[in-house]
Amino acid sequence: MDNDTSPKVAPQATLDSSELVGRGNREGNRLFKEWYGRVSSGPERGEKAAYVFVMGSAAELFESFGFNLVLPEINGLQTAVRHVAEDYIDQAEGYGFATDVCGYVKADVGMQLRGGDHPMGRIPPPDLALQTNVCNTYIKWGEIWERLYHVPVVTLDIPGSRAAGRLPGRGHVDYENDLAYVRGQVDELVEVCEQVSGRRFDQDRLVEAMSHANSMTRDWVRVLELNKSRPAVYNAVTDGTVYLGAVNALRGRVEGADYFRDVVEELEYKASHGLGTPFEERHRLAFVGVPCYPIYRKFSEMFTQHGGIFVGSSYTWFASGGWSTGYEYDLAHPLDSLAEGLLVTGRAAMDTMFHVDRVLAEMAEPYGIDGIVFHAIKSCRTVSSGLADSRRAVLEQADVNALLIDSDHMDPRVVAEAGMRNRVDAFFEGLETRRLLAGARS
Amino acid sequence: MGTHVLDDWGGLSLDELLRDCRDLVEDPDYPTVRRWREAGGKVVGHFEVYFPEEIVAAAGLLPVKIHGAPIEARQGDAHFGSNLCSIVKTSLELALSGRLELEMFVSHPICDTARNLAAVWGRNVPYPCEILYLPQNATSRHAATYLRGEYQRLQRGVEEIAGRTVNDDDLRRAIAVYNENRRLLRRLYEIKRETPWLLQVDEAYVLVALGGRIPREEHNLLLSAVIPMLEQRGTAPQDRMRIVFEGGFCEQPPLDLLTTIAQSSYVVDDDLLIGLRWLSEDVATDGDPLANLATAYLDHSSYSPVQHDDRKPKEEMLLRRIRESGAGAAIISAAKMCEPGLDEQVPYVRALEAEGIPYFVNEFEENMTSFDSLQIQLETFIENVLFAGAEV
Repeated sequence: MDNDTSPKVAPQATLDSSELVGRGNREGNRLFKEWYGRVSSGPERGEKAAYVFVMGSAAELFESFGFNLVLPEINGLQTAVRHVAEDYIDQAEGYGFATDVCGYVKADVGMQLRGGDHPMGRIPPPDLALQTNVCNTYIKWGEIWERLYHVPVVTLDIPGSRAAGRLPGRGHVDYENDLAYVRGQVDELVEVCEQVSGRRFDQDRLVEAMSHANSMTRDWVRVLELNKSRPAVYNAVTDGTVYLGAVNALRGRVEGADYFRDVVEELEYKASHGLGTPFEERHRLAFVGVPCYPIYRKFSEMFTQHGGIFVGSSYTWFASGGWSTGYEYDLAHPLDSLAEGLLVTGRAAMDTMFHVDRVLAEMAEPYGIDGIVFHAIKSCRTVSSGLADSRRAVLEQADVNALLIDSDHMDPRVVAEAGMRNRVDAFFEGLETRRLLAGARS
Repeated sequence: MGTHVLDDWGGLSLDELLRDCRDLVEDPDYPTVRRWREAGGKVVGHFEVYFPEEIVAAAGLLPVKIHGAPIEARQGDAHFGSNLCSIVKTSLELALSGRLELEMFVSHPICDTARNLAAVWGRNVPYPCEILYLPQNATSRHAATYLRGEYQRLQRGVEEIAGRTVNDDDLRRAIAVYNENRRLLRRLYEIKRETPWLLQVDEAYVLVALGGRIPREEHNLLLSAVIPMLEQRGTAPQDRMRIVFEGGFCEQPPLDLLTTIAQSSYVVDDDLLIGLRWLSEDVATDGDPLANLATAYLDHSSYSPVQHDDRKPKEEMLLRRIRESGAGAAIISAAKMCEPGLDEQVPYVRALEAEGIPYFVNEFEENMTSFDSLQIQLETFIENVLFAGAEV
């Protein structure tokens, strides 16, 4: 019986390693800067800005209307990675927002109050915004833009799973009720897009964007699967975040499809040649939550210095908007399929936060996971509220070690680096001890 | 099921009745629910804010509103992170400690923590736990149809628990009982607005809250007796500031906090336990009862920071509440770590400043026990407003 669960990769003899390896990160960063440049200069070309969130962005529809996508969560994390988040957060707190409000929200409020000034460019104000309920804070966030700018802020309500594992599919009365609701809201969104853009809905342009999105989705699923390889071909937290930027910023665009085709090519090459990350791989880890952006590099090093490589990350599931499900649009029925895609992926994104224990238990064996790191962040109740309980549940289902640490993804004032490092060190001591004991037993 | 869960209260004075109601509401062991169960009844617990109790009552089950408790979350704490509101932890504690036994638990997508609550609860108890997805796009042309379908889904789950089907007449009878309850609760709040010296905020609170843990038929009997007694109460009006309390839509402030406020002001309106008073008008009893309930939720209802509805901008709704109750100031409160409540404080304060309405901002936690500081701050605020017109 073949127990090898590694992805099957065709050997590729003619590719040049120096060109291929690391290309995904280089190109991802280049495309990302290019995207910010396009967003910043959009008003000069008379282009309009649609503010959307990474979960339920409906990017393909906005692409078909020619909007530039602004992704406020990505704006927020960029201020944290570039160590200026505190300035923006301070400004929002001075405006009245409490310390316990989401750091992303406050960074955005700070940015809006300073006219869109941002480390990556000048972010235009919204002409239109779309808020889904995949994160409730999205809705409160959208209300802030309504008050600041008095522009259309559309809610797209995506009903999630009612209970763990309860996933009715096509034909089920509950699924069809949810789908009809989302489908109706998509029509309403199209009406608003037409009003704001001054353009009529163009089905051909939507189909083109959906076709690129389908290509990206297929490749995204492949990227996630390729990290079953030993050694892992990328670090799901650091490299994975670069890929996520492209998933969200370039969704529905030809350069996004091209980019992911290249990423798959690179990772398949690495897998077929036994190439891993630049670090020794002693422990294969799964990450749950959102990275600690205020100390992004040091946070990653806390794990890599012990040989801990993240082969999977719940961030790549929910922050890709649930596209890890592999849902592909039916191009013959674009609006129907857009609605179903939003329902299926939105629901999946929620499930990978609220019921993450189930996904982790399923992936532990095929990905060869030794340990799971749960990173609860003060800002985000969506991701973090249930982590302590999820950790307990996973430990009952899978034979792994698990670590729960607390910090924040935005606010450096609540990141206790030394304490976190101590706990990470102890976690690896536990993993090493477990390995020694396993070796002694065998 | 005609079970009565209250002790015989006939012959009690108003003060004795209010005292007994307070004792029941403050009792974390839910004696009324225990009595219901001892008689063979089944219980569906639902979390804040709004829940269509009529669907559960129509099946002969007892709907119980769960809104935390003034208890230590010994087990509940271990299942949640540290930066969360207290109500999710103490609510779960009620279940894990065995104080509140249920056949089903329902939460709502009111906030990110509450959605996690349903998942956490479901991983730790043997009975069904689920989310009722009340629509967040209240102005969509498709929201009412969707919500009717969602209520039908809930009804099927309730029928499984009850072991019987629910027909339209069952629902209509339940709606009629709840319409009567809504009428009585509206009258209670009229008394608060028109003659606040007859009914303190903490007294009104216990009268409303008790409805969330007894059958509404019994609550109607109680309110029908209490309201005439309130109307004839001999309390004389005092020179106190009329004030609106905002911030009690989910986690509830401790009763002693409300008592402290009552010592220095008349709370003429509030959003305390707004879910029990969410539907502002009677629900039609003819036609399709589930559709009627869905329409009422969307079109004839109150407001809160956790329901998005473009027709009801929260700050405008607050100003309307202040105007309609004749209040001269507002307490803008929020439960600690409650993100929606804290978010909403910003536009509330800006709107009040624009209108020149004095306001007092604070945070509370259901388990807080010291109110001396609050009392001093509140008295200072009131003195400033009365004598200097200043804002605090």
